[in-house]
Amino acid sequence: MYAFDYAKPASLDEAARLLADDPEAKALAGGQTYIPTLKQRLAQPTRLVDLAGIPDLATIKEEGDGLAVGAMTTHKAVAASPVVQRAFPELAYLASLIGDPAVRAMGTIGGSVANNDPAADYPVVVLTLDATVRTTKGEHRGSDFFPGMFETALEPDELIREFHIPVPEAAAWEKFRNPASRYALVSVLLVRTKDGEIRCGVGGAGPTCFRATAIEDALRSSFAPEALDGVTIDAGDLNEDIHATAAYRAHLIPVLAKRCVRRMLRR
Amino acid sequence: MTHVSLKVNGREVSRDVEPRTLLVELLRRDLNLTGTHVGCDTSQCGCCVVHVDGVGTKSCTMLAVQADGKAITTIEGLAAVAEADGRAEDGLHPVQAAFRQHHGLQCGFCTPGMIMSAADLLSRNADPTEHEVREWLEGNLCRCTGYHNIVKAIMAAGATMRGAATPRAAE
Repeated sequence: MYAFDYAKPASLDEAARLLADDPEAKALAGGQTYIPTLKQRLAQPTRLVDLAGIPDLATIKEEGDGLAVGAMTTHKAVAASPVVQRAFPELAYLASLIGDPAVRAMGTIGGSVANNDPAADYPVVVLTLDATVRTTKGEHRGSDFFPGMFETALEPDELIREFHIPVPEAAAWEKFRNPASRYALVSVLLVRTKDGEIRCGVGGAGPTCFRATAIEDALRSSFAPEALDGVTIDAGDLNEDIHATAAYRAHLIPVLAKRCVRRMLRR
Repeated sequence: MTHVSLKVNGREVSRDVEPRTLLVELLRRDLNLTGTHVGCDTSQCGCCVVHVDGVGTKSCTMLAVQADGKAITTIEGLAAVAEADGRAEDGLHPVQAAFRQHHGLQCGFCTPGMIMSAADLLSRNADPTEHEVREWLEGNLCRCTGYHNIVKAIMAAGATMRGAATPRAAE
C-alpha cells in the first residue's frame, strides 16, 4: 500500500466536507474491496475518510412500500435482519451469498453500490427495483445510477446516506458464482413489482448491471420457463475474462432467469 | 502516524501506527502474536481470521486504525475466553480440543483461521448441520488434505459446547 492519511469524522456532513476539500481523498466503508485495491497499489488516495464513526448509518426499517437501509449496513446485518427476512426474504438470501462470513461481517451495501463492481450484487437490486439512493446532495433513482463499469451518478464528494428499496410482490435471485472469488460470473434478479410489472436485472455479465428486456418481454406474454426457450442475449457487449467467455455469460442469463421463474412459480 | 487503542486478548494495547498498517501486521509484527497467519493476503484463504468484538474478521483486510476501540481475540487468546466461560478443556477452547482429538489439521497453517471461524459460528449456533459448517468455512481454505476432519472436529466441538453427551459423527 502507498501511504495515506486517515480521518474518522463523526458526521456525514463532515465526511463530505473532507472529501470536498481534497479531491484525492477517498471514503472508506467496510473496506472489503477497497483495502485489497490499496494493497495492489491500484489506488493512491491522499487520505481515507472512514465512515465507521458516523452514527445511525447502519439501520434497517420498513418505510412505506419498501425498506429503508442505511449505507453502512453490513451484508451480515441484512441477511440476519428479521425485518428483511419478513418483508423481502430474497434480499436477505442475496446478502447471505455475498463473499464469505468474515467478508459479510465488514462489507456494506453502500460500499458495494458506490463501487459498482460489474460482478457486485447490490447494484442489481438498486437498478432492478429502481431504488431511491438518498445522499448528502439529494436523491438519485436506481434506474439511472449506474452509467458504466465502476461508475455511478455520485459526485466525488457525495456520500450515500441510505437506500429506499421498494419491496416487490415476488422475487427470485440466482447467482452463478466463481467458486474461488465467490463473485458472480452472472447473476439474475427476477421480480414482479407490486404493480404487476416483470423486471429482470442482470449482474456480472456486462460492464455494469442491466435489464434484460428480451427476457422481460417474453415473460410478460407467458410467465413460464418455456417462454424463454427461444430468447438469446447478444454476447457482443458482455464481459470476457479467464473465468468465462462472453458467449458463456450470454448463455447463462436465460438459464438463470428460467431458474428464477421456476422458483417463483413454486412458491 | 495515528494513535490506536484496542484490547487484544484482554490486554489494553496503545500504539502509534501508520494508517496503512493492517490489523494482521499490528498483531504479528508489533505484538508478536504470530499465531494469526497470512496465507493469500487477498481476503480469500481465511488464515488471518480473528474476532473483532466477537465477530470473525479477516485481519489482512482490515486496517489497524479500523480496529481502534475494539476488542480483538486471536488464537492465542481463545482458550482464555473458554476459561472465562468455564468451557476450557486441558487449557484449550473446545474447538481447539476437538481439532486435536479429531486431527482436524495436517500442516497446521490454516488451523488458526479455521478455529477462529468455527468458534465464531458455534458462539451463535452450537448445533449447526454439517452443511451449515461447510458453508460457513467457505472463506477458509485448507490446501493439505480437505475438510473432512475439520468438519468432524467442529461438529464435535458443537456437541461439547451444547453439553450433548455423544458427539454426532460428521459422516
